[in-house]
Amino acid sequence: MLIFTCPYCGVAAEETELAAGGEAHLTRFGPGSSDDDFESYLFTRENPKGVHFERWRHVYGCGKWFHAARCTVSNEVFGTYSAQTTEPTAEIRETISKKRPGWSWRDMNGEG
Amino acid sequence: MSDLKNFDGLVSIREIEGQGMLVVRGDFSAPAFREAVCALAGVDFPEQRQAVVRDGRGLLWMSPDELMVMLPRAEASRARADLAAKLADQHALVGDVSDARVHFQIEGRVVRETIAKLAPVDMHPDVFAPGTLRRTRFGQVATAVWLLDERTARVFCFRSVRDYMAKLLAVAADEKSEVAYFQK
Ligand SMILES: [Zn+2]
Repeated sequence: MLIFTCPYCGVAAEETELAAGGEAHLTRFGPGSSDDDFESYLFTRENPKGVHFERWRHVYGCGKWFHAARCTVSNEVFGTYSAQTTEPTAEIRETISKKRPGWSWRDMNGEG
Repeated sequence: MSDLKNFDGLVSIREIEGQGMLVVRGDFSAPAFREAVCALAGVDFPEQRQAVVRDGRGLLWMSPDELMVMLPRAEASRARADLAAKLADQHALVGDVSDARVHFQIEGRVVRETIAKLAPVDMHPDVFAPGTLRRTRFGQVATAVWLLDERTARVFCFRSVRDYMAKLLAVAADEKSEVAYFQK
């Protein structure tokens, strides 16, 4: 069972109290962008075996969106963090580096 | 309508009539906001996930920018207008949701167990203290619950799912269904 601690209300919420919101930290390309950028914004998603960053919503709780980092193989949760950020916090990245040395995700990796 | 009047089970289940409720959203760090809601409810501003309620009046912490004001139903409409006027120059919202919610009070020896059967919430006494408000789901519907004391809980949900909730509570409190989990 997947349990995330909501950073907004502090509740350790299990999966059925949450709604999955897909991949985190997408850059939105809208009107005026190139076809390639628009297409990848709409359709191109990571599907990693291992470290992954996602958006979740505490839908049956406080209603807030938040970010979460977890391992897609073991479902180990590395942490949750604010929705008001465009990248994982330094703390989260450090935690992941300790548990999954050499990890990478999109253009990010353990070295920075 | 599912009738609870003659319900006799592990706990008593009573539908609360005349409970008024305002939803208030705003900036919890703004002193004027805190003063206005505290003055209306007559209680201190709640900490995270707290329910501060006395005799049907008080404040519930619903999220970092959302409160519920508990008050008698007859006062709700007037209080909504007064509070909205007080908060007019702030980024805030006040709504009267008295008609949109229904309240149940459940009372008895196994009140923690009755809740634990329905919600994905750790109801152990070391974890869930009286005065803590939890928004969650009971079965398939959004619900909020808090313990007034070790024997009493208040539950509320959308009025549109009132019958579902009444039946759910009655099944969870069926007199032949005791697990006695928290007594072990
Ligand atoms: Zn939450």
